[in-house]
Amino acid sequence: MSEIVEKFTRRVPHWRPRVTPVRLDDASPEQHEALSVTPSNTRVSDYVLVLAHDVESLKVRSPLFNAIMYDKGGLSRAEREVGAIAASMVNRCIYCAAVHATRHAELEKSTATTDAIFEKGEDAKLAPRDQAIFDFALRLSRAPAEATVEDLERLREAGLDATEILDLVLSTALFGWANRLMHVLGDPVRPDA
Amino acid sequence: MSVWETTAVRASGISMASEAASAVRAREQVLLNSQAAEDAVLRPRDPGAYAHDIRAALAARIARLNGETELARFFMADAEDSDAAGLADPAGTGHGGLPPVVVAFMDRVAMSPREIRAEDIEALKTAGVADSDIVRLCELNAFLAYEIRLIAGLRLLREKAA
Repeated sequence: MSEIVEKFTRRVPHWRPRVTPVRLDDASPEQHEALSVTPSNTRVSDYVLVLAHDVESLKVRSPLFNAIMYDKGGLSRAEREVGAIAASMVNRCIYCAAVHATRHAELEKSTATTDAIFEKGEDAKLAPRDQAIFDFALRLSRAPAEATVEDLERLREAGLDATEILDLVLSTALFGWANRLMHVLGDPVRPDA
Repeated sequence: MSVWETTAVRASGISMASEAASAVRAREQVLLNSQAAEDAVLRPRDPGAYAHDIRAALAARIARLNGETELARFFMADAEDSDAAGLADPAGTGHGGLPPVVVAFMDRVAMSPREIRAEDIEALKTAGVADSDIVRLCELNAFLAYEIRLIAGLRLLREKAA
């Protein structure tokens, strides 16, 4: 047996699917092709094998995911991660929050921001630019209509230009998508020692 | 298709001449790939248990739940005269032939995904929904969460730039 992780953490849990993943041996040529373009080429994760049930979506989603999180220019990679983390907190995707908090800490070479986020949750107090980014992402994640022109004004005042704001919208929205797969289709677990 | 014809950019009302257009141009490929994702969830070659009209009506329903009436009307073009049309009204009782548990699941994943538990997936299985169709329902729902937020963000950029 293993224990379901209920609290936000940077320590990445295992992901236990709630539906049966596609078996590689049974995969169609189209599924094989889609599985080879996922971010983790070395070992195909259960998560990706679950998504392979809808291979047409998987095929377009992986390159889109990489472009939104890693394309050059615009918002920094760490700041895109803040959007991803905010969405994951609103949607309670413990697994996504752990992965992207870890990535944020690696990019920043500091755990200060994600420590603050995990300590106070949605009420976390951050440096001004990160705060504007985090607050906007929280509101857009809760309900699209909650994000207002005033929130956008705060992003402008914090120094973000139009492309950086669009990058934040994209990374936040992308995790509205990813959370609805990862959190809905599986449980974050810690195997018993 | 050009980036200006994608669902998200059209729904946002951003015009080629506006200040926000520079951001659209900078992320043209991402926005085109987003449109490809819409095609994959709304009009897949292999739709599983959910034909294109059911998907269109569910998309319209989720757009309405988010207050996106225009977008809902746009999605309904593919479900207008279909038995699934009743699904598009979240306040109505129409289930378009789907088990009510499926419709309730879609509403909750759209509006309060944080509350979804393992039991919700078990309930779908008990109602006879195949694992592959559970994933299809989630992908449709999850993509719409993305697209509706993308539209909301683009619209704010347009309003702020004006």
